[in-house]
Amino acid sequence: MYVAVKGGERAIDNAHAWLAEERRGDPGVTEMSIDQIREQLKLAVNRVMAEGSLYDPDLAALAIKQSLGDLIEAVFLIRAYRTTLPRFGASNPVDTAAMAIDRRISATFKDLPGGQVLGPTFDYTHRLLDFKLAAEGLPPAAATAPATPGPVPHVTDFLNRDGLIETAPTDDTPPPDLTREPLELPASRALRLQAITRGDEGFILSLAYSTQRGYGRTHAFVGELRIGRVAVEMDIPELGFAVEIGEVELTECETVNQFKGSRTEPPQFTRGYGLVFGQSERKAIAMSLVDRALRWQELGEDYIGAPAQDEEFVLSHCDNIQATGFLEHIKLPHYVDFQAELQMVRHLRAEATALAEAAE
Amino acid sequence: MTDPAYNFAYLDEQTKRMIRRAILKGIAVPGYQVPFASREMPMPYGWGTGGVQVTAACLVPEDRLKVIDQGADDTTNAVSIRKFFSRTAGVATTEATTDATLIQTRHRIPETPLHAGQILVYQVPIPEPLRFLEPRETETRKMHELEEYGLMHVKLYEDIARHGQIAISYAYPVKVEGRYVMDPSPIPKFDNPKLTNSPAIQLFGAGREQRIYALPPYTQVVSLDFDDHPFTASKAPHDCDLCGSPDSYLDEVITDDQGSRMYVCSDTDFCASRRSAGHKGRLWAPAPEEAL
Repeated sequence: MYVAVKGGERAIDNAHAWLAEERRGDPGVTEMSIDQIREQLKLAVNRVMAEGSLYDPDLAALAIKQSLGDLIEAVFLIRAYRTTLPRFGASNPVDTAAMAIDRRISATFKDLPGGQVLGPTFDYTHRLLDFKLAAEGLPPAAATAPATPGPVPHVTDFLNRDGLIETAPTDDTPPPDLTREPLELPASRALRLQAITRGDEGFILSLAYSTQRGYGRTHAFVGELRIGRVAVEMDIPELGFAVEIGEVELTECETVNQFKGSRTEPPQFTRGYGLVFGQSERKAIAMSLVDRALRWQELGEDYIGAPAQDEEFVLSHCDNIQATGFLEHIKLPHYVDFQAELQMVRHLRAEATALAEAAE
Repeated sequence: MTDPAYNFAYLDEQTKRMIRRAILKGIAVPGYQVPFASREMPMPYGWGTGGVQVTAACLVPEDRLKVIDQGADDTTNAVSIRKFFSRTAGVATTEATTDATLIQTRHRIPETPLHAGQILVYQVPIPEPLRFLEPRETETRKMHELEEYGLMHVKLYEDIARHGQIAISYAYPVKVEGRYVMDPSPIPKFDNPKLTNSPAIQLFGAGREQRIYALPPYTQVVSLDFDDHPFTASKAPHDCDLCGSPDSYLDEVITDDQGSRMYVCSDTDFCASRRSAGHKGRLWAPAPEEAL
């Protein structure tokens, strides 16, 4: 006798209670605090803020704790929370030339105004497991130097003065908002950048890598990569002027790309652009490569069918929250559809067998 | 009852207004996929976020909500969505198809005929019926615009040439009022005849794909076919082993390690109502049912 599967509600509650136990792990081990995650897993926090499109390190740290360190799950928690928040307005565009810089490197010039600043980077660390970290203790203090005063001009501005690089078109149209309007194609560059900056780091990385290996090659040099804090200002209508409401850490990457000219454009260098919340330089560089690859039409280049050139392909698949939801939904019950398929296959097999027998 | 931290039915009123506009547009142009600014919901994309947003935009405090998945009220995702709305909207819930004012469903249309005043909300994974013939949205929108459905007819014809029949068993494409080809969501083709001329409003929500479409009451919906290969609704050739119904859609259940099968109604409310009215199937026994 078959007993229908009942008690879904109790099963769900019990499963969640078990998950909560798993989250805590061995109760004999000290529980992690949100402060610890925010301060000691900073790059994870940055990724969650970038892909969650919400700059709030405390909430991102909470999401990481809640998700047991599954960063896509953490991004999801942030997105679902973010969408419930009221909008008070939009900030003015941030001025990255006025960034308080922690790191700034250029691969195109040996030295330049503002200097090369390595900053806190994994670059040139030897990837040897550091067993000293298994023990607790403070690291030796890093050396300090006074900050360079004043704005640090962008490398591309120097090239621009000589007309060697395309002028970044100034456009004061308010950018579309991906989170408030459905994505419609073709998309403007502003919308594409918006989608890519919150897109999955792994997906954007692989697309960028594919352009380097020849699938839509754009010959990119890192003109400049900078990481630091910028002030966020907002116009307050009652006051009649802009007020600083806080600061955010950003990673900005501008690539300088070889360009031999096309039917519509003279030979000059072209730009790819990446801007990501927090210290996320892999993402920022990847973003600028993908941005440049997607600009083929605007620059009159050929479409060679490379995935990174294909706006619809990139924009429809870069969001990991959409992707993971749809991927994982196939574990939901599908027995109605499967039953329909079973009947179909049985029917087709019966017909094929009958035909074979008739032929004998 | 209602969680005060959230607005009635979770979504804020601005968002609901945006969704209602899309629904109205969908009703005005039956079968046309209306883009809408789908929100991130607190459940994953692909798990009914489109249906949930449509339901949230339609719910009023007086509603009686029924949620089914695979025809059943007690499957985990149906339980989860029903719980979400009892928590955020505090509306009454029911398992009885006739008592419900709004039914959210995944993969089935209830067996009991719907009546005027009811709303049936479908969860839709891929709203574009042409998607697997042409992956680009930019292309398929053009094809709908131009009513260019030749590709679909070629696919159906090729099925017949290869298999002797149209080999689509669920999400079987339909034409709405002689104009738009529409994906009825992954319902088994057995359910297709229930789409047409229904007194209820049928709304389709695809959250991840950001589309809403609709069938107003008494809309003509025709399953695509050919004169010499007419559409047939099909199901397992059995009666329900619990309620004995000869014409309801059946789930196939493996009951022992010898591979024995039993067949039971996928619509749990329909099956239970028949049993309480005294209908008996081949394997029906009262004790385990009462024990639940």
